[in-house]
Amino acid sequence: MEPGIGELDTFPKLLMMHARIRGARPAIREKDLGIWQTWTWHEFAEEVRALACGLAEQGFKRGDHLALVSDNRPRLYAAMCAAQCLGGVPVPLYQDAVAAEMGFPIQNAEISHAFAEDQEQVDKLLEILPQCPTLRHIYYDDPRGMRHYAEGVLASYESLRDRGRAAYRRDPAFLESEIAKGRGEDAAAMLFTSGTTATPKGVVLTHHALIDRARAAAELERLDDRDVALAYLPPAWVGQFIFSLAQPFVTGYCICCPESPETVMTDMREIGPTYYFAPPRVLEALLTQVSIRMEDASRVKRWLYARFMAIAQRVGGALLDGKPVGALDRLLYRLGDLVVYGPLRNVLGMSRVRVAYTAGEAIGPDLFKFYRSIGINLKQLYGSTETSVFVCVQPDGQVKPDTVGPAVRGVELKFTPERELLIRSPGLFKEYYKNPQATLEAKDAEGWFHTGDAGYVDADGHLKIIDRVKDVGRLSDGTLFAPKYLENKLKFFPYVKEAVCFGQARDTVCAFVNIDMEAVGNWAERRNLAYSGFTDLALRDEVYELVRGCVERVNADLAQDPELANSQIHRFLILHKDLDPDDEELTRTRKVRRGFIAEKYAALVEALYSGRKDVHIEAQVRYEDGRTGTFSADLKIRDARTFASAAARKAA
Amino acid sequence: MTVPQPIAGAQRVGEVVLAVENVSLSFGGVKALVEVSFDVREHEVRAIIGPNGAGKSSMLNVLNGVYHAQKGTIRLRQGAAWREFHDMDSHEAAALGIARTFQNIALFKGMTVLDNIMTGRNLKMRCNFLQQALWAGPAKKEELAHRRAAEEIIDFLEIQHIRKTPVGRLPYGLQKRVELGRALAAEPTLLLLDEPMAGMNLEEKQDMCRFVLDVNDHYGTTIVLIEHDMGVVMDISDRVVVLDYGRRIADGTPDEVRSNQAVIDAYLGVAH
Repeated sequence: MEPGIGELDTFPKLLMMHARIRGARPAIREKDLGIWQTWTWHEFAEEVRALACGLAEQGFKRGDHLALVSDNRPRLYAAMCAAQCLGGVPVPLYQDAVAAEMGFPIQNAEISHAFAEDQEQVDKLLEILPQCPTLRHIYYDDPRGMRHYAEGVLASYESLRDRGRAAYRRDPAFLESEIAKGRGEDAAAMLFTSGTTATPKGVVLTHHALIDRARAAAELERLDDRDVALAYLPPAWVGQFIFSLAQPFVTGYCICCPESPETVMTDMREIGPTYYFAPPRVLEALLTQVSIRMEDASRVKRWLYARFMAIAQRVGGALLDGKPVGALDRLLYRLGDLVVYGPLRNVLGMSRVRVAYTAGEAIGPDLFKFYRSIGINLKQLYGSTETSVFVCVQPDGQVKPDTVGPAVRGVELKFTPERELLIRSPGLFKEYYKNPQATLEAKDAEGWFHTGDAGYVDADGHLKIIDRVKDVGRLSDGTLFAPKYLENKLKFFPYVKEAVCFGQARDTVCAFVNIDMEAVGNWAERRNLAYSGFTDLALRDEVYELVRGCVERVNADLAQDPELANSQIHRFLILHKDLDPDDEELTRTRKVRRGFIAEKYAALVEALYSGRKDVHIEAQVRYEDGRTGTFSADLKIRDARTFASAAARKAA
Repeated sequence: MTVPQPIAGAQRVGEVVLAVENVSLSFGGVKALVEVSFDVREHEVRAIIGPNGAGKSSMLNVLNGVYHAQKGTIRLRQGAAWREFHDMDSHEAAALGIARTFQNIALFKGMTVLDNIMTGRNLKMRCNFLQQALWAGPAKKEELAHRRAAEEIIDFLEIQHIRKTPVGRLPYGLQKRVELGRALAAEPTLLLLDEPMAGMNLEEKQDMCRFVLDVNDHYGTTIVLIEHDMGVVMDISDRVVVLDYGRRIADGTPDEVRSNQAVIDAYLGVAH
């Protein structure tokens, strides 16, 4: 008799179920020597069984951790599941990390067994071996270049598997009983959060949490075993773990591993995934490629593209959302689909995409609309490693560019008075490994996870994330002021490179704008506007008008939002120079250092709030060779139109 | 799923497989090579160096039958037997397992990387033209086997992402890699490389060094290379022969050659 779905509470049990009921269906594909090779669920399960027995022979036991350093490969996922079969915990590490960064996780989890993709990764592990005395076994996948290694800790993947295969033949009952011992509350994976601010923390996720979230999202999107996904992001990242292990194991869909990182685009076109995830920067890079190639196209094609994209912009999103659209527009869109959108989706490898997600950072509304307008069902989601990803997802037909959608089944949201988002969900992490202090800070006694993100739920029940809690402030009248949210909105315009907003404990919001030299320079050239350099261009009245347009569009947008309507930007100035990490105005990762800038340009901030029309500045600049010089200019200050709040209008 | 297996057994430098004895070559009054002798051992990386016009490329051309030496003999070991030849042409050389790359890249610019590498399999194809054109008889099976061999080389040289790109559109360093791939496709026992790193930047050179050593290690191919970059030569070769004005002036390990007075004089010049 088939066990009920509730009894399948671990990934190995799910795998064995798929091997029984859809053994001949594809589980995982990889392009090898130019040809897509397939493992069926049956073959996948066989491989996992052999590997698990091999690991057991090597002394791997319940509760042990297996480090994995590899790009997306079928064997990587087989090794992960093999560890889970024995009650062990896979710990995928970022494959592009330097050796020193791998030391901490391995020491922290006292890892004894590791899986490495190739010689490069083996070299890194061997380099840190002296600092990691617990590490006793390293298994490598690709034998190339490994012949001259004599280290006793090394063994090939094949040797491990063959040893395990023999052991399984001798005693198949051992593994079956090990799998049966697994419980939903056991740890299924440990994923290290990136340690940009502090030492990395190992987030422990249980089978139950991952399976529950994977299933909730799969039900929402009606994923089944006919879906196909491309596994191309680092396996150490929680999203990749969900999309290429948790969800396929829940629904039975097939994942595909590209041949190499350079061939992802081609491989995607060949595979035609139906389920796709991409962070905004990948989507942006794709769009840039399309734009560049369109500019090189013939005049007829450029004309067609411009005309039909205008139609798509107007009605494409509405059609995707199932909203009413006029018959003529419908006809035009269908024509456009034939000559432009369809071929374009094909070139992007997105012809068959049913569901596409983006997350990780704020996505520009134009970028977002572009993909939706050509018929790709791109949606946003909200989540993190600690929540097994799925907290909020935009459901079909309810997609808004600036929210991340309503809570997924099973998730409770609430807010602290400081507007910090708290989450309670079956998908929450168990703990930070060996770090009870941090666990306690992040997850309180009632089980609420403190995200550190500030936001609110809008009238439609959609979650809107505005900023990190520590950056959110208040105007003097007590209304919400989220500087990064405003700055991001400005930065979505190509003409704005950076923006800095002020308003903490003041009546109104004012902004510095740093124009994008390339974009504004091009714009000026097309208008035959002569300029001698950055400062000259930045001080032009025409440029001020251009930027004012951007600011006013942001204001109009803010007016729609009752929570943020009061933080419209009243006055702005354009900076005479680029904000620069060398001048300490930006961090090395190009984040605005708002406090430092407010201090350094205190005179400009005062001028913004004093009602003056211009301000003289004398500043020190540091040249690239390290010399410094002084520089002076008269900056103009302009007012921007603000709009009555939508809520206020309604009341009136 | 199948994965290519490396050729078993560690290869180390073995017996002499190629002996060049008193070879002379002249074009009219120009003496390109004068009584040059040296040998090449199995599995070794053998470098030929020398200043401009020293006769390096001429030597390579004699080895694969582009030029015919007027005097002297070249002997090639095949299994246990030695074969001596005076006037083989380049087809014969290729059939004997000698492949080469050129100083100026000689690829088919309009063809894809894959097709260029497939041309390297030409001598291995047994079906006639008609069978191939009609996809008849064993032609299909043969094509599949050759395609697999070509794909293994693509994997080996890490050029999957340009498999279907016309060679003419590739940067110089990659074209050099493709040319190496085409030479490897012939499964040579002796590989002649004419300045494989000329015109490359440091990173491309490092990559190429790695590939040359990998070929030597993985396939056990004996390699004879001409190179100008002394650092490269000294790093990767087992033995070096130095030519100057068509004569051999030194022969030995990189260290021996480096400290040889005649070599220093030839490179730096001497007061006359």
